[in-house]
Amino acid sequence: MEENLIKTCLHDRHVKQGALMSPFGGFDMPIQYKGITEEHNAVRQNVGVFDVSHMGEVRISGPDAYKYVSHIFVNDVTGAPDGQIFYGMMCYENGGTVDDLLVYKVNDQEYFLVINASNIAKDVEWIKKNAEGYDVKVVNESDYYGEVAVQGPKAEETLEKILGLELKDIPFYNFKVFTIDGEDVIVSRTGYTGEDGFEIYGSHSYIQGVWDKLMEAGVQPCGLGCRDTLRFEVGLPLYGDELSPEISPIEASLSMFVKLDKPEFIGKEALAKQKAEGVARRIVGLELDGNAIPRHGYPVEVDGKQVGEITTGYRSISTGKSVAMAMIDKPYDKLGTKVEVRIRKKTFPATVVKKRFYDKNYKK
Amino acid sequence: MSKVLDDRKYADSHEWVKLNGDIATIGISDYAQHALGNIVYVDMPEVGDEVNQGDDFGAVESVKAASDLISPISGEVVEVNEALVDKPELINEDAFGNWIIKVKISDPSELDKLMDAEAYKKLCEA
Repeated sequence: MEENLIKTCLHDRHVKQGALMSPFGGFDMPIQYKGITEEHNAVRQNVGVFDVSHMGEVRISGPDAYKYVSHIFVNDVTGAPDGQIFYGMMCYENGGTVDDLLVYKVNDQEYFLVINASNIAKDVEWIKKNAEGYDVKVVNESDYYGEVAVQGPKAEETLEKILGLELKDIPFYNFKVFTIDGEDVIVSRTGYTGEDGFEIYGSHSYIQGVWDKLMEAGVQPCGLGCRDTLRFEVGLPLYGDELSPEISPIEASLSMFVKLDKPEFIGKEALAKQKAEGVARRIVGLELDGNAIPRHGYPVEVDGKQVGEITTGYRSISTGKSVAMAMIDKPYDKLGTKVEVRIRKKTFPATVVKKRFYDKNYKK
Repeated sequence: MSKVLDDRKYADSHEWVKLNGDIATIGISDYAQHALGNIVYVDMPEVGDEVNQGDDFGAVESVKAASDLISPISGEVVEVNEALVDKPELINEDAFGNWIIKVKISDPSELDKLMDAEAYKKLCEA
């Protein structure tokens, strides 16, 4: 086991419950308990709970909070009611992606950012550096918060029963702050699985209590293994695979989250240029003939020439098909284009398809 | 605790080989199937392909990852286990019963480089 890995507040519980543990983003995280397939199916059909305490939380507050969030975030939070959440990215001047994140609007003077574990140090530095000249306070609250994601068609029913919280009136991509035993607990209708569900942020002791109650109620604990298969099937990106400092949101086929009509934000000029002139490559979906499995980094070829590579690939647990997301050069990114994926010594025919292999089942 | 059978030899990459005349039957160990988790695909060579001791000849894949199959012995593939095409999970059910390929071996002395069950047990426990 690598040293210096961070343990979440639920780490002892994972080990006691016999989870397979592995390093992820600097944390020692559960990859699976019962098996990726069983956990995946629990979330698609019933309910499952993930420890996502490794995610980072940053609070931005002050008179310039709205102006500052608008400056670093490619999506547009203008005019949103308090309690709304936005998905989007922070970008570099050249359009490359610093991170993808959720922005929770507490009010015009306070926003709560949820960032990827592997990017916490980098993001906090970026956020603080760019805050110069803005009247805001930036606080990294990642060490305070534990977080669980409760996902699946039975998530609402399960949580209402077990935690006694009224959740029905929280719309999709909205949150509520509950005061429980004098502590603030944030509950949002969000997730990373394509199913209805909630993410709960609270103190370590509160989150431990939630976990224990969910276990007592027989809710399936889920590892990061099925978190990846679930997000992949519904076409959601993972930073490091589909987004990176070298991959802009436009190249990642996520331009719907980039609001170029905003007056200004970091990276706007580069992204507007990419949008107007088109990009040389972009992320698409691939469906393979046969059942060989495409994996991250495998080459994609046309007539023996490499035209791209796989960013994430699996045998889809929900559909049984061998599918992938891949970064493909133009003009081979068009729907229906025939390509070949090199898997070890052989190549396998594949077709460019939409990068959604399973329909989302959100409660909107 | 994973099972190790005494009637065959093992490579440190967790393949087993059982010799019958000059035909070697090759599979992966119980330890390996357990470490991989649910196996969803087995990439196998074709009959007539040459395999070389220490070189990869295919892969076993779980949901999460592909793991190369390393040939414990050199020779010509004479049979592949077609049952694994539709039911790769057979390896999870019985890794020693569900072989992957059969090879007509070219050099019996290569077997001496492999581990016996005792040595392999120690490797798994290490």
